Amino acid sequence: MTIEEPIVDPNAVGLFINGQAVTARKGDLIIKAAEDNGEFIPRFCYHERMSSVGMCRMCLVEVDTGRGPQLIPSCMFPVAPDMKVFTDSPTSKAAQEGVLELLLAQHPLDCPVCDKGGECPLQDQAFTHGPGESRYVEEKRHYEKPIPISDLVFLDRERCVLCDRCTRFADEVAGDALIHFTHRGNLTQINTFPDEPFASYFSGNTVQICPVGALTASPYRFKARPWDLAEAESTCTTCSVGCRVAVQSSRDEIVRYQGVDSDPVNWGWLCDRGRFNFQSVNSEQRLAAPQILTATGHATGSWNAALATTAQLITDALAAGGPESIALLGGARGTNEDAFAWARLAHDVIGTPNVSAQLVDGLPVGVLALNRATIDEAASAATIILLAPDLKDELPVLYLRLRDAVQAKRSRIIELTAKESGLTRHAWRTSFYEPGTQADAVAALLADDAAMAQIGRGDVVVVVGRANLAESSAPTIAALNALLAALPNAKVLPALRRGNVVGATQVGLRPGAGGLDSKGILNAAANGKIECLILLGADPLSDVPDADLARRALAGARRIISIDTFMSESSKLAHVVLPAAGYAEKDGTTTNLEGRVTRVAQKVTPVGTSRPDWMVATEIAARLGTDLGFSTDADVTSAIAEHVDGYEQLTVAHLSEHPDGVVALAPHIDATNPPAVTLGDRNAYDYRLIVSRTLYDSATMTAHSPALATLAPGIAVHVNPLDVSRIGASVGDDVKVTSAKATIVLPLAADTRVQRGTAWVPFNQPSSATNQARIGDLIDADASVTDIRIETL
Amino acid sequence: MTATTYPFTPGFYSGDRPEIVTSRFKYEDSYSLERYLTTDGYKGLQAALAKTPTEVHDEVRGATVLGRGGAGFPAGTKWGLMPPNVYPRYLVVNGDESEPGTYKDRLLMERDPHQLIEGCLIACYAAGLSQCFLYIRGEMALAQERVALALNEAYAAGYIGKNILGSSFSVDIVLHWGAGAYVVGEETALIESLEGNRGMPRLKPPYFPAAIGLYGKPTIVNNVETLANLPWLLCNGMAEYVKVGTETSPGTRMVAVSGHVNRPGVFEIVNGTTTFRDLIYGEDFCNGIRNGNELKAFVPGGGSAPWFTPEQLDLPFEGRLVGAAGSMLGSGAIMVMDHTTDIPAAALTLTRFYAHESCGKCAPCREGGTWLMRVLERVVAGHGTDRDLDQLFEVGETICPGAFPHASSEKLGLAAVPFPYKMTTICFVGPSAYAPVHSALTLFRDEFEARVVRRRTIPVTAGVGQ
Amino acid sequence: MSRLTEDNIRIAHEIIARYPRARSATIPLLHLAQQQDGHVTDEAMRHIGELVGATAAEVLGTATFYEMFKFEPVGKYLINICQTMSCALLGAEDLMHHAEHSLGIKAGSTTADGMFTLEHAECQAACTEAPTLQVNYRYRFRVTPEIFDDLVEDLRAGRLDAEIPPHGTVARFRQRIPAELGVGAVAPDEVDGAPVWMESTT
Ligand SMILES: Cc1cc2nc3c(=O)[nH]c(=O)nc-3n(C[C@H](O)[C@H](O)[C@H](O)COP(=O)(O)O)c2cc1C
Ligand code: SF4
Ligand code: FES
Repeated sequence: MTIEEPIVDPNAVGLFINGQAVTARKGDLIIKAAEDNGEFIPRFCYHERMSSVGMCRMCLVEVDTGRGPQLIPSCMFPVAPDMKVFTDSPTSKAAQEGVLELLLAQHPLDCPVCDKGGECPLQDQAFTHGPGESRYVEEKRHYEKPIPISDLVFLDRERCVLCDRCTRFADEVAGDALIHFTHRGNLTQINTFPDEPFASYFSGNTVQICPVGALTASPYRFKARPWDLAEAESTCTTCSVGCRVAVQSSRDEIVRYQGVDSDPVNWGWLCDRGRFNFQSVNSEQRLAAPQILTATGHATGSWNAALATTAQLITDALAAGGPESIALLGGARGTNEDAFAWARLAHDVIGTPNVSAQLVDGLPVGVLALNRATIDEAASAATIILLAPDLKDELPVLYLRLRDAVQAKRSRIIELTAKESGLTRHAWRTSFYEPGTQADAVAALLADDAAMAQIGRGDVVVVVGRANLAESSAPTIAALNALLAALPNAKVLPALRRGNVVGATQVGLRPGAGGLDSKGILNAAANGKIECLILLGADPLSDVPDADLARRALAGARRIISIDTFMSESSKLAHVVLPAAGYAEKDGTTTNLEGRVTRVAQKVTPVGTSRPDWMVATEIAARLGTDLGFSTDADVTSAIAEHVDGYEQLTVAHLSEHPDGVVALAPHIDATNPPAVTLGDRNAYDYRLIVSRTLYDSATMTAHSPALATLAPGIAVHVNPLDVSRIGASVGDDVKVTSAKATIVLPLAADTRVQRGTAWVPFNQPSSATNQARIGDLIDADASVTDIRIETL
Repeated sequence: MTATTYPFTPGFYSGDRPEIVTSRFKYEDSYSLERYLTTDGYKGLQAALAKTPTEVHDEVRGATVLGRGGAGFPAGTKWGLMPPNVYPRYLVVNGDESEPGTYKDRLLMERDPHQLIEGCLIACYAAGLSQCFLYIRGEMALAQERVALALNEAYAAGYIGKNILGSSFSVDIVLHWGAGAYVVGEETALIESLEGNRGMPRLKPPYFPAAIGLYGKPTIVNNVETLANLPWLLCNGMAEYVKVGTETSPGTRMVAVSGHVNRPGVFEIVNGTTTFRDLIYGEDFCNGIRNGNELKAFVPGGGSAPWFTPEQLDLPFEGRLVGAAGSMLGSGAIMVMDHTTDIPAAALTLTRFYAHESCGKCAPCREGGTWLMRVLERVVAGHGTDRDLDQLFEVGETICPGAFPHASSEKLGLAAVPFPYKMTTICFVGPSAYAPVHSALTLFRDEFEARVVRRRTIPVTAGVGQ
Repeated sequence: MSRLTEDNIRIAHEIIARYPRARSATIPLLHLAQQQDGHVTDEAMRHIGELVGATAAEVLGTATFYEMFKFEPVGKYLINICQTMSCALLGAEDLMHHAEHSLGIKAGSTTADGMFTLEHAECQAACTEAPTLQVNYRYRFRVTPEIFDDLVEDLRAGRLDAEIPPHGTVARFRQRIPAELGVGAVAPDEVDGAPVWMESTT
């Protein structure tokens, strides 16, 4: 017989907490070690995801490291072997209660009218630790209350306990140090600089981490009280980062999203767009009942009638042109279940290969077949190569994770871009290319010794996405292929933006054998070859970069079926519009950009008679004579696990045990090679056009969230300040912008982020009374790049 | 035995005592390079350059040059705390003198800037410090001008900059100046301020900037007077240096005695042997209490120090003994109160100071200091109650829970409690707001009680103790 | 007005160059701005932020921490009377009352003619010369009511212009490090080896 050696973990540290022998991880702070072992030490300033500052002094405990008990802030000191911690010794308690009384001394105690009331650590502490009523009889500090420090956040300095959380977040995490301590001592306060609001894409997080009610968010103020909140954990599908959220409702209405700390993804943070667009779920303008096109326009009809019409439209199309004459666009907005049910309907029931979850604004699905990286892998790679859009605007929390990788000195960023991005100031090296020439930029990079030395230092992850909508995806793919040819071990993180575009594509909403991609589908429709176009939450008129193509396609398609949550530009042209249940109105799963599958949860009942997409697909299939066999979303989830390679594990049960989700890649997708890049010559056209998205635009959910609707920057043609004079107009003037396709009039803006010789126009901006110009009019989906002329009127 | 002063050194008195840092004060032009060079100027630097850095460091270590900024930590030892082979290393000179009662560094900067500069150079050479920042308190206009001129002269003459005196030793000394915040004198706050931030003390650990300091690099922070000792030390050698003073406290110390004495003044005294009695009553020092009044109490080491009473007069000016007696020498500042002193009002001036100077970081200091001040103000104004007196202790407890050091007094049966004591704050500003209240209230409670309102009768505001 | 002037920008760059990190120049540049305008303006703080690579909010945070920076105009002469213990023991309070009375203003305010601002001050490191005051940071010792009134008199009459510059200027001389003599700032990240003179030994 052999004696089993006990396995000793080198990272384990043994110490005593209140006499109990416990083990903690090396480097753990006492406050964390205690919490992990069931001893909660009160705190206000400590936050696990930020550096410790030891400001509030609430976490003081007596610690004996052999030199007798010492009173120390447990948020500052790491555990040490055999250290004795006393969280409830008389001195520890005295210190904590003393500090609490001091924190309360200046506090207005206006809990009844405070949003935080009921979920306030200060309030809770006061009950559990505090000495009850305050002995502080002096005059308290008075400040004007509350003051708006941005469009979304209010600050009440009287409630503030100066824990440095919001300011640390703004500086350390978001990199927008726009709120700061001012003044000194007893007059210390948080504030912004006069006329420079806390305009951060991440400001909402400060509201969530404020341990008191000093910071409140305008969309939530006075909306509800914690005790009548119901909550469900879910995943944000606003973009494809897939941040974990707690969806909170009151009286069957969504009132708030709170970030949930998911280690592989969002660390508890959310961007303001994802946090506040819950307002759109509650919007008055939601589509509540089916709409059927009649001679006099759309008329509300029953589901029965609408589904009959839908089935009829499909059958007629089949009769008229066969399966290939039917095409489906969209599905990136729904759940995996929605996508899978619709994929079955399109591919198996109808039998068409012409299916795409993208809208000519993404990348060939082949990128999903590459050697893919997770967010963690990207954020720990020695070198991160960016061949992507401005992540701060398109995938905000991925931006936070990559910025953190740089701040923590884990990674260096090499950025290839046409325009300065949010990460440029954190990049080790940025090389600017002229749109279309990214392959040359890659060649130059590969020829650069310093760069190759850096690349040689460890893992490499390439973040690839569609940086420019006025450019085809070909130049990006060409550059990517060149990179991967030279760096065969590099992994790829696809920066595709739309919420569940990766999931929809992976579970089947992609071209079948010989099928058309989104551009092909639109061209076919424009050429009258599409008998029936199904828009699954897709709005080509607002989302397809080439506006003219979109218009011609919708005009050319003989029948249009739209499934949507709102009456979009495109669904206004549909023969039948089916109201879809929106976010938080249905259960299911979603897949983020790294392939991570997580649960999304229903929290409120769907608006009107709207239904989940998967259910609609099932009913249509039934009317077409096929039973997809789905009666609950769980049935669909199981079917996915059964039929989709890579999703085997993803049963409902497994996912409920893994709230952080499981990564499912798509071995079944085959890489496709892009067409060659052909750059037209510039001559008369002085500027090469860049069109990309900003965080706030006219996207359905943003536009229907009052708090966000006003934040879009608005359309304008941005050029380098040095080019302004060359144009002969001055900033703010309207100028004529001409491409090979059309001429539109836009206001001129100077922008140091834009390189000379290029011009940037933000995509899909709200059209103002004075300017209805659509940048899409200038874009030609068949051209590699778009060159423009800018002239005075 | 007399005390000599000069119109250009207001407050300074020399006597027949060793002069290690004040030897040039007698010359009106003591701050000029010309005068400096004719009085052994930069000889210490030359002596240092003739040795290896290690030898110079050993010299300073051997002489146990105690820090003069407050903590009294030996400079040589502190330099040794820097992690080996981590560079660059910086020197930050603490010229932020603002501890109540303290008046010495300003004189040294105004009257003998070259001596300070030479001290900095010696420190940089010995400890391998690549750049020196000389941080002068913002309100000291003259000191800033004199040091700026001296630096310009010294650069021109080749004492600072590239290859000093033809050696391989090169260093810049950069004049930096503050903008008015007492707490910035705390070494980690000084570093924060020097980095362009709010002068808030940094969190410990690390306990010493020597490990992680300016820009996260090893940094030595030394007081002006500490560094001013080095030229003499290097010229005359550690053997000579330790001859002055005692074994535990060699050399001299500059001490400012202010308040109700006949001759308030700044003196360079022999370390460790001179007693408080000598200083307050000696005719070559302060020559007694004004108008022959009685000594009531005195603060032995700057506003932060717990108070002493006549009982401690015969303690020598020696760190350990004073510490054992429950107070500290701190920055060499003695404040004397005679029997006419309104004790609660006197305590208030100090508590107000520390409450006002709190950086605002620690809740106990930020809120507690102000709270103490408010209550004390009420008591002094005659609107206080018995309850308020206990409250002063209760609030103090939130800053310094448990034992608090105070003047030990057989009379009052108070035992001495040595430093460091328990505190809920990062730095000593918080406890310092409480120290005077605690001392005054334990030593002279009767005066407070005479002030407070009883059963809501008319306030007793009559001047107390007159 | 109130961004730094061309001349001051030149000085600013000279100061910034001395530090391993530009941010360290924040306080000196705030003094420079106050010297230019008599107080620190918002525009100046924005400008300083641009120069040292900080947000305006960060510069504001630093500036408001320190006593000496004023954010609205103050008198040509700022009179600070020390109120801390040593001075208090020797009549600082009475001196303040006298000052308030003879200037006709309360501490913390400015005379109508914009000549004088009176302020409480904390220990000025001249405790043996109590009671003390500073005018634009120039000392006056053992101040009696007479001395105070003469001082105000002289200042009004401009008899002290040579000694006491208007508020904003602290030191009238600046350090100058001629390029050929200076070593240059030692950046924290670019050095790792010991300085040469250390290697040359042991
Ligand atoms: C609140 C506080 C204020 C201080 N003020 C000063 C000061 O004005 N000047 C000074 O030299 N040291 C001051 N010190 C001490 C410094 O932190 C540091 O110990 C000293 O400068 C080190 O130099 P030394 O070792 O040469 O004494 C202060 C410490 C504290 C806690
Ligand atoms: S004790 Fe006071 S001064 Fe010191 S760090 Fe804390 S708050 Fe700042
Ligand atoms: S939580 Fe440790 S001091 Fe605030």
